[in-house]
Amino acid sequence: VKQNSQKETNESQDKVISPEKAEEAKLKARYPNLGHKPGGSDLLRKRLQKGQKYFDSGDYNMAKAKIKNKQLPTAAPEKTECTGDHIPTPQDLPQRKPSLVASKLAG
Amino acid sequence: MLGEVAVTQYACFFFSADIISTVEFNYSGDLLATGDKGGRVVIFQHEQESKNRPHLRGEYNVYSTFQSHEPEFDYLKSLEIEEKINKIRWLPQQNAAHFLLSTNDKTIKLWKISERDKRAEGYNLKDEDGRLRDPFRITSLRVPVLMPMDLMVEASPRRIFANAHTYHINSISVNSDHETYLSADDLRINLWHLEITDRSFNIVDIKPANMEELTEVITAAECHPHQCNVFVYSSSKGTIRLCDMRAAALCDRHSKFFEEPEDPSSRSFFSEIISSISDVKFSHSGRYMMTRDYLSVKVWDLNMENRPVETYQVHEYLRSKLCSLYENDCIFDKFECCWNGSDSAIMTGSYNNFFRMFDRNTRRDITLEASRESSKPRATLKPRKVSTGGKRKKDEISVDSLDFNKKILHTAWHPKDNVIAVAATNNLYIFQDKIN
Repeated sequence: VKQNSQKETNESQDKVISPEKAEEAKLKARYPNLGHKPGGSDLLRKRLQKGQKYFDSGDYNMAKAKIKNKQLPTAAPEKTECTGDHIPTPQDLPQRKPSLVASKLAG
Repeated sequence: MLGEVAVTQYACFFFSADIISTVEFNYSGDLLATGDKGGRVVIFQHEQESKNRPHLRGEYNVYSTFQSHEPEFDYLKSLEIEEKINKIRWLPQQNAAHFLLSTNDKTIKLWKISERDKRAEGYNLKDEDGRLRDPFRITSLRVPVLMPMDLMVEASPRRIFANAHTYHINSISVNSDHETYLSADDLRINLWHLEITDRSFNIVDIKPANMEELTEVITAAECHPHQCNVFVYSSSKGTIRLCDMRAAALCDRHSKFFEEPEDPSSRSFFSEIISSISDVKFSHSGRYMMTRDYLSVKVWDLNMENRPVETYQVHEYLRSKLCSLYENDCIFDKFECCWNGSDSAIMTGSYNNFFRMFDRNTRRDITLEASRESSKPRATLKPRKVSTGGKRKKDEISVDSLDFNKKILHTAWHPKDNVIAVAATNNLYIFQDKIN
């Protein structure tokens, strides 16, 4: 059980925590699994390999062509039900998502 | 100069189809080049003062536009190589043509921009419309004459410096010898000769043998403005290394190491990230250099390595927002900085389309906004203020109202006059000092 005076000292010490450390505490509270080396090699290596990864050049050229054709008005096919009823065609498949890169928040 | 900052806006406002990614005046200030995310370069030229409007220094109008880089695909890594222009650097003018270097992540190109205002007419072997004449029908010879024509500005790629960078190029810098230039990526710096494209010298290599041991990357590099053997490079850990190319072929060992000591008790999760230097620029005099980290701009005397001589807070109020700035990646934004022609003032950008100017002599600073709403042609820009305390005064904007998508990363200052170019996402603003 803390004495009253000591409690007050602790409270006043809390008030002088730098804003930066307060922000750090906030971040750690939201993401408890965050590693302790923020500038570490993981973050740097992700930085070195920036850019969207594609499966191969064919995938890349298809993606580029899709962007070009986006202006053309097309009836959006039903994207939710693409398996089970029929063999899916490339138009039915959902837009390719970027390759999974672990978020910096996952730690 | 900043005491009575009466910054007047020109009629100069340019809307780009893409996000502007670099802005650079040439050595005379006559030309202003911008590069964008779509790989295009647009060059503006300073128009001479017109007799009708003598109170303006002159306007900038579009001089030339060309596609510098196209997107490519790296087959080995299955990654796209963006066409975004990372940097443009002008070469000093040696003849009537203008030369500039433009670079994306992987390839540097030397462009020649030349004017054509005359055309030859009266060829012997072809008609005026270009059709070849039958040589046997020609009975007399004439000397073609040069006739004036509408000015045409042509841009042609003269050199392509490719395949020398495994990682992403962040900087290029023309050497004071006007023969060589350096290019820097995350881990290496190469020295090129402007005439030779199939070879470059590697002068800095900080890649560790084991990539797991990687602790810092190169963030910017620049050649000294007068000493052709000296260059600096900055790192993600907030340090700057000055290297002398006379000392060794491979400049892995620095000649000078600049780092401000840090108070270990104030260290936090964010310390290293916000200390990462996003830009380094020598002063015109060559005696100082300036570095930009996330929250401040620092001026260093090249003769003093242990701390900067001046520190200017750009937006200290963001220190209590670092958590959300980390979550939305804004903490990784790379702001640039620049000197004015006499090295008496420095400028850098911030959020909400704000940019800041600091007068080194009077220690006064000002925050201005680059936006259509707050600027009218030839109107004086009003200083802006961000309120940090509880009470927000009228005309002040609170930190929570700042738009972090409106970032001014790229600014440029005319080498001689008080004319500045500010890139706000897709918009280019040119501001000038008021003339009474």
